[in-house]
Amino acid sequence: MISEKRIALKNAGKYNPEDINEYLSLGGYKNVEKALRLNSSEIIDTIISSNLRGRGGAGFPAGLKEKFTRESVVDPSIQKYIVCNADEGEPGTFKDRIIMEQDPHVLIEGMMIAAFAIGASKGYIYVRGEYSDSIKMLQTALKQSYDKTLLGKNIFNSGFNLDIELKIGAGSYLCGEELTLLESLEGKRGYPKIKPPFPAEKGLFGMPTLINNVETFAHIPYIIEHGAEHYKSIGTSDTPGTKIFTISGDINKPGFYETELGVTLRQLIEDFGEGIKNQKKLKAVLLGGAAGTFVDESVMDTPIGFDSLKEKGAVLGSGAIMVMSEERSLFEILYTVLEFFKHESCGKCVPCRIGTSQLMVLMDEAKNIKTDRKKYLEKLLFEAEYMAKSSLCPLGQSPILPIRSIHRFFKDQF
Amino acid sequence: MDRQSIIKQFEPVKDNLLNILHALQNSNPENYLSVDDLKLVSHYLNITYSSVYGVVKYYSMFSLKPRGKYVIRICKSPMCHMIGNKEIIDGLKETGYKLGETSGDKLFSVEETECLGRCAKAPALMINDKTYTALDRKKLKELIQSIKLNEQNTK
Repeated sequence: MISEKRIALKNAGKYNPEDINEYLSLGGYKNVEKALRLNSSEIIDTIISSNLRGRGGAGFPAGLKEKFTRESVVDPSIQKYIVCNADEGEPGTFKDRIIMEQDPHVLIEGMMIAAFAIGASKGYIYVRGEYSDSIKMLQTALKQSYDKTLLGKNIFNSGFNLDIELKIGAGSYLCGEELTLLESLEGKRGYPKIKPPFPAEKGLFGMPTLINNVETFAHIPYIIEHGAEHYKSIGTSDTPGTKIFTISGDINKPGFYETELGVTLRQLIEDFGEGIKNQKKLKAVLLGGAAGTFVDESVMDTPIGFDSLKEKGAVLGSGAIMVMSEERSLFEILYTVLEFFKHESCGKCVPCRIGTSQLMVLMDEAKNIKTDRKKYLEKLLFEAEYMAKSSLCPLGQSPILPIRSIHRFFKDQF
Repeated sequence: MDRQSIIKQFEPVKDNLLNILHALQNSNPENYLSVDDLKLVSHYLNITYSSVYGVVKYYSMFSLKPRGKYVIRICKSPMCHMIGNKEIIDGLKETGYKLGETSGDKLFSVEETECLGRCAKAPALMINDKTYTALDRKKLKELIQSIKLNEQNTK
């Protein structure tokens, strides 16, 4: 039996998130106090050597991102920004919502440490518009942090200043992509941009910007408290630390579970999820969200990490685990996934705008014929491949993930 | 609060656009943004009317048409779909509320939304800013009934 190991959710459920005093009594904000006595380079070195990888889905080393942002300009008077990507919209994912609803202060504390490290004095949390409970919780938490002078000027008498503002999204999956999020934050339509330049160089309002996911920020206070060596001893060498997995679908105990990386899908499903509902057999897991991969039995015992899954043709993504029993039609699930991409395509670049529609044309044709759908799977694969090569942003590059994984693992069941 | 005072709670900077639009829409009992609202915002932030319009049209939470007092957003994520949001859509239809429409009494508008992140308790929906989970036909009808009853009592 595996058990939970909590880092991001260390305090979740242990205190009333609407009362900052309770967070303080749990030792809250003492890690930022500690960080403010260090050099910014010491903090960045610690995060780099902890090998913390971004928990938004891409798994980019968080410390390097900090270093690039820090070093992108020499002049310290140039405004830098820190932004939290709280626009959680990946289907099957609700890890950030749990952090924001149950421990909003760990997010603020993580942002403060990172802001000090990169030399930012202004921060934003861009939260999804539909997440009304998270919004309320963050509003309260920010207000109370200001009341306690934990935000604002001369924090902990260190001379460090930081303001954090809350920005509310309005229903666009695409704004979860970092460059698009920054456009939206500036009050524009959520249209993606070409990378490079990366946000570290030219981000919000054209200035150097560090943008991280909620869960990533939530790991930073823990790393400052316990050090890089300790953090690295948790999880695997490819992905140290823990991950929040959100398990849903045909499972006895759906929910959120934080545990060490290196855990397997089988353990997550059987030990945490208590097995498939109604004693059915497992057919597939859609792992990582809509921009994720369908996997079968052959991936069930792979220790989970960003790289180890990639080797198996799967992605960790956001940590969403959507479980489907033998009774489910994968064609139908893929249909909803591709419909989602079509709806969320912004229309700026042609391959994605036409491509996401074309995928649905193929799905609709295939839906009507029911036999010999396999040739449609080949066509879908062809379409999705050119989309992945030519689309501007991750949205158009994503349909290939679920399609290729169905092609790889479930060709006979399409 | 009148429209002007709502806007003035925010600093007149363009990055406040979405927050301002939310505040205006939420304060409107018909849950939408009017042409006058858009003009007001464009003037306040010193940006063109067309750029405000473009933003409003882009984001699915904003509406340029009057909606019901209660906006129902049904989650259509793969998990809600699999567990049974059809039950919800059909159940609503039985009570007289159809997807994509605003009811004649102007009480409810029914829309779909992308994943609400309530996958462990699917199917889910939102009614204005409240989320309801693990729904079935019976629970849904009770929910709608209680809102209607509450409306009648407050009249």
